[in-house]
Amino acid sequence: MSTLEQPVADVGGVDHALIASRARGWGWWFVAEHRIRAMRSYVASWIAISVGSPFLFLLGLGLGLGLLVDANQGAQGVDGVPYLVFIAPALSMATAMQTAAQENTYGVFGGFKWFPMFFAMNGTPISAAHIVVGFQVSVLVRVLLPLVAFSLVMVVFGIGSPLGALLLLPIGLLLAAAVGFAVMAWVSTQTEDRGQLSFVERFVVVPLTLFSGTYFPLETLPAFLHWIGWISPLWHAAELGRGALYGAELAPVMVLVHVGYLVLLAGLTCWLSIRTFRRRLDK
Amino acid sequence: MPAPVIEATGLTKRYGDFTAVDGIDFAIQPGEAFGFLGPNGAGKSTTMRMIAATSTRTSGDLSVLGFDPADHGPEIRAQLGIVPQADQLDEELRVIDNLIIYGRYFGLPVPYVKRRAEELLEFAQLTEKRRSRVDGLSGGMKRRLTIARGLINSPKAMLLDEPTTGLDPQARHVLWDRLFRLKEEGTTLVLTTHYMDEAEQLCDRLVVVDKGTIVAEGSPSSLIRQYSTREVLEVRFGSAHNEAASQAIEGIGSRVEVLPDRVLVYADDGEAAMSAVHERGLRPITSLVRRSSLEDVFLRLTGRSLIE
Repeated sequence: MSTLEQPVADVGGVDHALIASRARGWGWWFVAEHRIRAMRSYVASWIAISVGSPFLFLLGLGLGLGLLVDANQGAQGVDGVPYLVFIAPALSMATAMQTAAQENTYGVFGGFKWFPMFFAMNGTPISAAHIVVGFQVSVLVRVLLPLVAFSLVMVVFGIGSPLGALLLLPIGLLLAAAVGFAVMAWVSTQTEDRGQLSFVERFVVVPLTLFSGTYFPLETLPAFLHWIGWISPLWHAAELGRGALYGAELAPVMVLVHVGYLVLLAGLTCWLSIRTFRRRLDK
Repeated sequence: MPAPVIEATGLTKRYGDFTAVDGIDFAIQPGEAFGFLGPNGAGKSTTMRMIAATSTRTSGDLSVLGFDPADHGPEIRAQLGIVPQADQLDEELRVIDNLIIYGRYFGLPVPYVKRRAEELLEFAQLTEKRRSRVDGLSGGMKRRLTIARGLINSPKAMLLDEPTTGLDPQARHVLWDRLFRLKEEGTTLVLTTHYMDEAEQLCDRLVVVDKGTIVAEGSPSSLIRQYSTREVLEVRFGSAHNEAASQAIEGIGSRVEVLPDRVLVYADDGEAAMSAVHERGLRPITSLVRRSSLEDVFLRLTGRSLIE
């Protein structure tokens, strides 16, 4: 197929050729910018939730349940540290996972169905891949709020090392990307809402939180349940987080395995999401 | 003659066994207002999506503003203003923010987009609503906002998919006036509609489409001249009697068409046809003489009404 070489003219000072080349490179950022702008109307309540819930979780579980656990475990604690220090990184990671899953469930389904913004975006010079990546970038911005709040609480109350608390941010974002793209890959294939959207929360997020060594070490579970931890992105992120925050034992090769697993999951499901978006938007 | 803005040859779109667009040819000139007139399901919207490079064609050739949509979607959409059938506005955002955000998708700098958005609000007569949330606007206002949004990138051509479907008559006239201004400024308009009055008001040239094919092409007046008479006499005898009455009318005018609710007599002189009907002893319940319209053209070509 031949393409006519036709110079793109200037209309009212607008250079259409420049628009196209900008969109090819930066389309993902325009999508993220749109969603971040739209968040502004919720920002006050989100900050309240993002800052409030780490306090509640760490206070309730760390001080309440922590007293009981620490009394039982004595000086050895859990994984060699007080219970509060043990669960803090995992709670932060669990929140990142829940937020990413939720945003991708309702945001992605809604973008095709309730408020079909994906179709409007598709009418601009950007493409399906930009929508997928840009959406996820905006989710990461959203996830960053509670992550920062958790880390701040840890630093202020001297839970683990401050540098480790800082390291929880990139780990949490990597986890959110892996979970986010995975949820997006599935939700984008769903065209009718028959209540199945809540499965993500009930049958994926909650079980993973319970069985991924969040509240107790994975080894405490019977051996035949350990596989849940191994496939769970949350477990991989929590292990990395514990290594970072209080120097939990972590072989260098395992760091590679944990990071590699999350990167691979994010990459694969991102690719699947782009494929589905492309098909659905090309009507 | 300048090169066409949009040119299609044998353009086809199939979904499995169903052929939505069946090998159509058309060429749209710069500055022209070109229409696709046809009933729902004729393949109008699919054609529009293929032009915008948001739907991949199955076969045929298509060139839009010098590019092939198959691999130059961004280059094509950078130059187009798209007004989809469903507005697809961000209902949670304010009117002005909808324009600003959309402008950013074209990579236009924020200060420029803000200035342009104010101009377009003025054009769309929405300046007073600039701070309102979109979900509180009327259907006509949303439609005007969608058109303003489509203009943010100063497009060379606008694609309008059923611009006034679902609007009340007053809102339609406001919209037509705005579209007419765009046409005067030299923007190429491509629109689909199943309203014959809209096609007559706005289109320099149009194609009549039915079941994915083009059945006629020309200016509204030339199509009426070619496929209809100057006037039409409409007579009603009650739904049980129309068929029988039409047989008695046969021979008056150049053609007689029976619809479930009325009989149409095509004649260059409607009043004379009416007298002839009365001379045959027929007493219609109501009768009226009107000018021929594109609706008559469509009926003649396809045997069906535009809106069923």
